[in-house]
Amino acid sequence: MQEAVTIAVSGAPERPAGSERWRLIARNAFPFLVVGAIWEAVAWAGVFPHRLFPTLEEVALSFVQLTISGILPHHAIDTVIRLLSGFALAGVFGVGIGVLMGRSRLAEDIFLPLVSICAPIPGLAYAPLFLLWFGLGNFSAVLLVGFVSAFPVIFNSWTGVKAVKEIWVRSAQSMGADDRRLFSHVILPGALPYILTGLRLGLAQAWRILVAVEMLAAVPWGLGWLIFGAREFLNTDIMLAGITVIAIIGLSLEKFVFQKIEDYTVVRWGMVAA
Amino acid sequence: MNETGKQVRSIARAGITVAAAAACYEIAARSGYFAPALLPTLPTIAKTLYGMIADGTMIEHAAFTMYRVMFGFCLAVVVGLPLGILMARFQRVENFFMPLVSALMPIPSFSLVPLFMLWFGIGNTTTVLIVFYAATFPMLFNTWSGVRSVNPIWLRAAGAMGADEHKLFWKVIIPGAFPFIITGMRQAFLRCWIAVVGAEMIAASDWGLGWVIFDAKEFLNTDIMLASLVVIGAIGFLFERLVFGSIERATIQRWGMSRAAKG
Repeated sequence: MQEAVTIAVSGAPERPAGSERWRLIARNAFPFLVVGAIWEAVAWAGVFPHRLFPTLEEVALSFVQLTISGILPHHAIDTVIRLLSGFALAGVFGVGIGVLMGRSRLAEDIFLPLVSICAPIPGLAYAPLFLLWFGLGNFSAVLLVGFVSAFPVIFNSWTGVKAVKEIWVRSAQSMGADDRRLFSHVILPGALPYILTGLRLGLAQAWRILVAVEMLAAVPWGLGWLIFGAREFLNTDIMLAGITVIAIIGLSLEKFVFQKIEDYTVVRWGMVAA
Repeated sequence: MNETGKQVRSIARAGITVAAAAACYEIAARSGYFAPALLPTLPTIAKTLYGMIADGTMIEHAAFTMYRVMFGFCLAVVVGLPLGILMARFQRVENFFMPLVSALMPIPSFSLVPLFMLWFGIGNTTTVLIVFYAATFPMLFNTWSGVRSVNPIWLRAAGAMGADEHKLFWKVIIPGAFPFIITGMRQAFLRCWIAVVGAEMIAASDWGLGWVIFDAKEFLNTDIMLASLVVIGAIGFLFERLVFGSIERATIQRWGMSRAAKG
């Protein structure tokens, strides 16, 4: 549906060699230096209370301290585990339901109304309900992340299976492919680019919502919880360190997962990601 | 008959599915296995919804939420659209902003809520800013890729026919990028809608649909929670279908642009 649109991420610039490469790095670093300098200036000038607007050294210091003491990695690992288990749930059920919906008219008629009713509600709106029904803690958090990120997966798998050309199916059938071979050799490869797009969107959605879920579900560890807890003690430096880790994880998801998936589908099948 | 017949059957089946799901829910709610406070019956939910709409509280909550969404969304368009165009047109602007945007974009907006609460206090400012943050990036990125993907042949053709910069911009680039811009607005609105609910929950102010749900949890008012869910879903759905659907019909389809940006 509406989410099934790729946001064109800045195309990875081709690897330049030698001094070109340094210039590229300098060019990319420059804006951060400017923003960092402005931040420092504001922090030192004391426009805002120091507790609320720490200098970058302090943020870096608490980042290093928390990393060495193992607190930050522990939070980060818990968050990633939660992300992956929620996303695994979404992947298994989302692809399953989506493919079923694409293949059988009956399943489509059954699931489509339910999915279209539940999908437009922002995922976090379900959070309190899940917390009441399944209690505080990990179980609710993972379940909620899975539930919310399943929708883009379902929609895209469904579209993908429906988009498999009728001619391919018919020619495979006339060449004597049985249902199982038809599925594994024609329908699944045909729908795979869409399914991968759906998984990508689902993972992005899971990531976006997970932090908030951690804040609400009172899980014992997790970056969302770290940030939320630090607020109580006005530890702005810890909050900013946590946000930095979140940005790093998000960026690596973007670079090492999403772009890889995109390259894989686009290059391998010669299709533009839908 | 065939297509319409199929459609009628699909609608009938959809109706049956929804009715069956509702019946299952109703049976579970009435069976007594679950606490009635956690699983209210459908008539209770309907009554709560009706009551809240009738005495105006639900409308007021919805109005507050809408105000925050619209405010944040407009800010995002005002910032994201020109910046996206500038980034696509001028290499220098792109060189400066692209690294920043790529670094900020993967940060989920919710992770900034506690920080913004400290900085701006609880209430409208924080929520609006979170909505703004969530919506700016889809707006920016879609505008950027839209302007960049304007067919260079059109630009050269218009240039050869003597269009000046000004004309080129308004007559070629903007209409060419329009499908992407609309898609950007759509995505941005969707993000706004998601962000506002979360921001209202975490940065508890005292009005807003997200806050109602969260507050109702404290008092185990599951019927209020479900009623607000219905309202949230309905508003989101209406916006998506009516507002953006009609904008799209009025512009892109009328101009005969390919729906290139749509999935």
